[in-house]
Amino acid sequence: MLYLNIIVAGLLTGAVYGLMALGLSVIFGVIRVVNFAHGEMMVLAMYAAYVANRQTGIDPLLFLPAATLLLFCLGYALQRGLINRYIARPDHEQFLLLLAVATIITASLLMGFGPDARNVQLQYAYDSYEVAGLLFDKVRVLAAAGALIGVAALTAFFRFTRTGKAIRACADNQVGAQVVGLDVKRLYAITFGLGAACVGAAGCLLLLLIDVQPYIAPDYTLLGFIIVILGGLGSMPGALLGGLLVGVSEALSAFIIEPSFKSALSFALLILVLLVRPQGLMGRA
Amino acid sequence: MRERRAPDLARRRAAALALFALAMAVVPLFASTYVVSVLIVVLFAAYFGQAWNIVTGFAGQLSLGHALYVGLGAYASAVLFVRFGLPPWLGMIAGIVVAALVGSIIAALSFRFAVTGVYFALLTIAFNEFTRILFDHFGWVGATSGLFLPVANRAHDDLVMLRGSPVMFYYFLLALSLGALSLSHFLLRRRIGYYWQAIREDQEAAEALGINVFRYKVAAMALSAAMTAMGGVFLAFYDNNLYPDTVFAIGRSIEIITAPIIGGLGTLFGPILGAFVLATLGEAMTQVSSGFAIDGLKQWCYGAALLLIVALQPAGLWPWLERHLGLAQDRR
Repeated sequence: MLYLNIIVAGLLTGAVYGLMALGLSVIFGVIRVVNFAHGEMMVLAMYAAYVANRQTGIDPLLFLPAATLLLFCLGYALQRGLINRYIARPDHEQFLLLLAVATIITASLLMGFGPDARNVQLQYAYDSYEVAGLLFDKVRVLAAAGALIGVAALTAFFRFTRTGKAIRACADNQVGAQVVGLDVKRLYAITFGLGAACVGAAGCLLLLLIDVQPYIAPDYTLLGFIIVILGGLGSMPGALLGGLLVGVSEALSAFIIEPSFKSALSFALLILVLLVRPQGLMGRA
Repeated sequence: MRERRAPDLARRRAAALALFALAMAVVPLFASTYVVSVLIVVLFAAYFGQAWNIVTGFAGQLSLGHALYVGLGAYASAVLFVRFGLPPWLGMIAGIVVAALVGSIIAALSFRFAVTGVYFALLTIAFNEFTRILFDHFGWVGATSGLFLPVANRAHDDLVMLRGSPVMFYYFLLALSLGALSLSHFLLRRRIGYYWQAIREDQEAAEALGINVFRYKVAAMALSAAMTAMGGVFLAFYDNNLYPDTVFAIGRSIEIITAPIIGGLGTLFGPILGAFVLATLGEAMTQVSSGFAIDGLKQWCYGAALLLIVALQPAGLWPWLERHLGLAQDRR
């Protein structure tokens, strides 16, 4: 039963990881740029939610739409103004560009808030539900529910709206999309905006579960990579599956081996998947 | 016109290099210990950058996990020294062998299973991080509490045990860096160098020409890893303390690759120039920002400078400087 409880907690946290990684996956799947500033953008959203909470007492869950919009605008502007010029450049130049962006974000947060860990105080922080003998932490349930809604909304967007379909067309065949008259630059900017919006939402949700400090950002960038590669870069259900898998593996290894070992197991999983099935669990060959 | 200029150009380049080497060789005779300590940082960055440049700049395989090989070299030599009293030169051999083996295994696994590009880059990070966490739990080498080398008195330089003044390390690193430069220069003009460049430019075309792509990519990784591990040995004996979280840090992997990219990936002198630029920048930022006492100001300026360089000279500073110094080949 104890193990089941840990698996449940891992799954719930994993859903939030999945939403975060989904942003990375969407950006790579369409624009073919690896967003090395992904974790940094999420930490930025976490600080936005933290500040909003400190100033007005607003729950990060209620601030979530605002953070999503904020990060969408940031992502849109970043792609339009900066990254778009590098999409045809070699990998290492893109890497350096996004490394610079990541460094500036982290340094700005450090200048604004210092290196100390910050968190939000929630009245329901220690509430939990008990269903059929299993314990569900209320914060985790809320975070996971938010994450699943986010994943569903984005999936629906890509499936049913004209813009979503146009973006998929760009991803499938960029030249073809240009030939039929799609504004690829704008669609790329929207895509990067959506990817950033995912971390905007994920940041607010994660703030319910962990403390925030500027230096955690690279860890979450790496975590995002692990998850999307496990699930398959560019695959939307894959990102969610990868997130759940990593959530459970982290929870179990933290409990069975020791907490500092939790990411080692994730990396081991990543190495295994890359070698056995490089396109990821749900990626296309 | 060009035929007449070519030998002339080669002579000018050789002269420029000789001048640079001479200047570097005499600097410690005048410079303060502070300047020497900064130059040691430069030389470490230059050397690691040169080693990395072989696998990524020449052979075109983006490795983002080179701190792994720094750490293997550092730990192999330090453990043999601390536990068994073996001189670091023996430890260096062990470190080189281990790093070359690990590098070959990672490369062979990746390339055998057609893991390339971004996936290869992320796989190298994964191995780097995995090893860091393993060492965090590896009690025999000190785990998270670190491994310390006994600091002997620095009255005289012990070249066998690598115990001595910073100036001794300065000259070792200068020799190492100039050695790496010569080796790179030599290899680029051999068959293996041309094969690497062919693979970097177009792997399928290289394969079609009958180049054994797999073997040459693994060779590039093994050589790069071995050279990186050699630098790691000096790092261990210069720093005298080893913590997995700093030696194997992803931040170090990223530092290793920024100098060559800034300087000019795949060029011979790019890693050295990039190391100078970054270290100067870092020191200048430290000086300036220390007056303000604001956390993060230094990193912010550093990030902004990176952004500026990648925006203005995405191919690196050396190709640009080379043209201005009149050392570049006439491309017309």
